[in-house]
Amino acid sequence: MIELVVQGAVLTGLVIAAVLIIHFRDLLSAAVAFGIFSFLLSLEFYILQAPDVAIAEAGIGAGLTTAIFVMAIRGTQRMEEVEE
Amino acid sequence: MNMSKIVREAANLLFPFILVFGFYIVLHGHLTPGGGFQGGAVIATGFVLLFVAYSYPQITERIGVGALHNTETLGLLLFIVTALIALGFGVTFFTNWMLDIGPILNNPVAFGPNPGDLNTAGVIPVMNIAVGIEVLGALSVIVLYMMSGTKETI
Repeated sequence: MIELVVQGAVLTGLVIAAVLIIHFRDLLSAAVAFGIFSFLLSLEFYILQAPDVAIAEAGIGAGLTTAIFVMAIRGTQRMEEVEE
Repeated sequence: MNMSKIVREAANLLFPFILVFGFYIVLHGHLTPGGGFQGGAVIATGFVLLFVAYSYPQITERIGVGALHNTETLGLLLFIVTALIALGFGVTFFTNWMLDIGPILNNPVAFGPNPGDLNTAGVIPVMNIAVGIEVLGALSVIVLYMMSGTKETI
């Protein structure tokens, strides 16, 4: 029962983080939301008893990919342009 | 362009702890979840944290691109040489040749639930360390080369 509650909370957090990534116009906020999404995904892998995949996801998804996005934003511009 | 002083100090503070955790995952690869690739990715995350906090010229005077290249090459060489030594003993490629000679990494594995012994599994920890070194160099070099191409407008 407790596992079901934790899993439901993590999956709800995943959906909320994914919606926030699309919603943000500030690209740095979107990158941080992507990091949170990746962290929750690694937590979900751990709950589903795949700790190997969880470590790889936490290292590459939450660490390296977010850093690459931050570097790309530093090289271009921070705000997304709105198309009318 | 640097990040703020808070980000730089936090990166400096966190870097050794991330390094220790990554090497723990690599060294315990044959006992606990994780292994060469996962540990190498965690260590590379620590390096990339420094890359994000500092500008490209400051990074290249502390950590050379050539040193990371050599790290990657060293890991690949260690991996393939360990596999090739098995041919010298008259057995096939990638055979666990360390189990037959010497006391190093050669304890018998205990039966049932046990706390785990690092000194087991023959050639597997050596391969894990080789893969860890290789992944650490490769992922850091990828991010460093991407960083060298950006103009840093913000």
